[in-house]
Amino acid sequence: MLCLLEADAAGIADESVRALALARSLGLPLAAVVFAEPGDASRDEAVAAELAGTGVTELCVVAAAGLAGYAPVAWARSLEQLMGEGDAAAVVAAATDHGSEVLAHLGALAGLPVAASCVQAAPAGPGHWQLVRQRWAGSLLEDAELDADCALLTVAADAVPADAVPADAVPADTVPAGGLADGSVAALGIPASGSGAGSLADSSGAVPVVRRVTPVLSEADLAVVATQAAETGGGMSLASARVVVGGGRGVGGPEGFTPLEELAALLGGVVGVSRVVTSQGWRPHRQQVGQTGTKISPELYLACGISGAIQHMAGCLSAKHIVVVNTDPDAPIIARAEYAVIGDLAEVIPALVDAIRSTG
Amino acid sequence: MDVLVCVKRVPMVGGKVVVTADGQDVDTRMSGFTVSPHEECAVEEAVQITERAGGTVTVLTLGPPEAADQLREMLALGAHRGVLLQTDGREWGPVATATAIARAVDELGAASFPLLLLGNEAADTGGYQVGVRVAHALGRPCITGIKRLQIDGDLLRAGREYRGAQETFEVALPAVVSVKEGINLPRYPSLPGRLRAKRAEITVLQPQWQADGLRKTALRVPAGTSRRAQVLGHGVEAVPELMRVFREIGVLPAARSARGGESGGAP
Repeated sequence: MLCLLEADAAGIADESVRALALARSLGLPLAAVVFAEPGDASRDEAVAAELAGTGVTELCVVAAAGLAGYAPVAWARSLEQLMGEGDAAAVVAAATDHGSEVLAHLGALAGLPVAASCVQAAPAGPGHWQLVRQRWAGSLLEDAELDADCALLTVAADAVPADAVPADAVPADTVPAGGLADGSVAALGIPASGSGAGSLADSSGAVPVVRRVTPVLSEADLAVVATQAAETGGGMSLASARVVVGGGRGVGGPEGFTPLEELAALLGGVVGVSRVVTSQGWRPHRQQVGQTGTKISPELYLACGISGAIQHMAGCLSAKHIVVVNTDPDAPIIARAEYAVIGDLAEVIPALVDAIRSTG
Repeated sequence: MDVLVCVKRVPMVGGKVVVTADGQDVDTRMSGFTVSPHEECAVEEAVQITERAGGTVTVLTLGPPEAADQLREMLALGAHRGVLLQTDGREWGPVATATAIARAVDELGAASFPLLLLGNEAADTGGYQVGVRVAHALGRPCITGIKRLQIDGDLLRAGREYRGAQETFEVALPAVVSVKEGINLPRYPSLPGRLRAKRAEITVLQPQWQADGLRKTALRVPAGTSRRAQVLGHGVEAVPELMRVFREIGVLPAARSARGGESGGAP
């Protein structure tokens, strides 16, 4: 089987590490695929080294004339050719914008179904798979069966730990989140894949063989090509902030955000908002936390005046600590949080800001 | 330029998802329905395009007879025409949906819709693939997840953010574009818009069912942690406890002996 990895000079993307973990849990011979970074030949060796001992036997580096950077159909066509060449039983990718898009194209090109945002998968006979996938960005789980000569799966990275466990070892009614004990491949009745299934490194530490491949691409395959422009402006991004101070309907209007911004600045964080706030036009959409906004994973998410709709929670449940300020002791968010203050954020937050400032 | 926008009727879900007793569906007895968020923005984008450049907006949905309500909601935003691919209410997979949409577009005259807009993914099923499959069926290029769209004659320039960088795509029409919420802020439907929508005639077509290779067997709510947050206090009296928690978490430096007048040194 194949696992598409996104990687740059900084290494393999975290979402791809998790997709790889799910791929490994399938217990099949595994090759990883990356697309060549124009002008950075050393990146491929670095990726191979990072894959040492993971059970990936081969790293395919795809490079073609006219393919420089991201081109979704060209990437899908390349995967289709690799699939056919090796008679792959499955192709896995992280459910990032790129991964989801490439696999959708692959499904269309190859006439195969695509199971998006999987959290667990297991082979259940030739051309037959059992899956668990996310609906409502993870607020609901779907048990599904897939019939396909080759299983195309994208992986919901926020629900799969970096060293995933074979499906059988996880109780049927839970979603794995955070660390899980290693399970046993033997429990599935699948022959062990030879090295390290169920844990990220095995004793042999074998580095995958690097194989350069040149796909055959048509002009149509290269019709859609991304041009990349550098990061926009400075400032911390919502997606990577260590602290997020959230504001929702309870803030009452655009002016109400000032104390939240002051607090965020004091805590070295940024402000995030709920969809109510953006649909009212109080704050721009790039500050929205949630299913159709940004997913955050800070150390602390302080949610003020936010009731806790499932679409919002889908965006913030990866936070390590969730603290709520709300006037309603029965707000749904309180059942998903660690700590709560029952009160009006318009009083509590300024008081908190003053207290932090006065203790230096 | 005439634009066709595909939308999906999804349940309005609030604080929690409830699954029916047979574990097969979301329980919608207490919920209303709405158009999936990315798609509402797709309709607004289409309306803005035709306001600038002339032309009409056709809104299309695949769904049960009640999905006509969602078409009328979109007509009230300024779309001109509604098309319902009417089903018996059972769930259609992405391959079946895309095939039916492509067939309907051909039936309506694909050449009359140089631009097809969809949402990036449906809020409920989140398949991320209908737009791409429709594009392949119609032989058009497809760009997805778009947050910025510009049309220059026959050329489409579209952009999105990816891993902190701006990604831009340029394709020639005819094309298929899926957009994400945030590309615009949908307007509130006007009263004349609502009245017009109520009276509008909706074209009903009969799509052809096919089974997808992916079959749902059950739906369930993740167990997660059913906890109750520890209440630190009420109102401003909870502030010292909040500070303590923040110190424990490590987002505030440990308490100093400073009191009142001592000016803070470097943290």
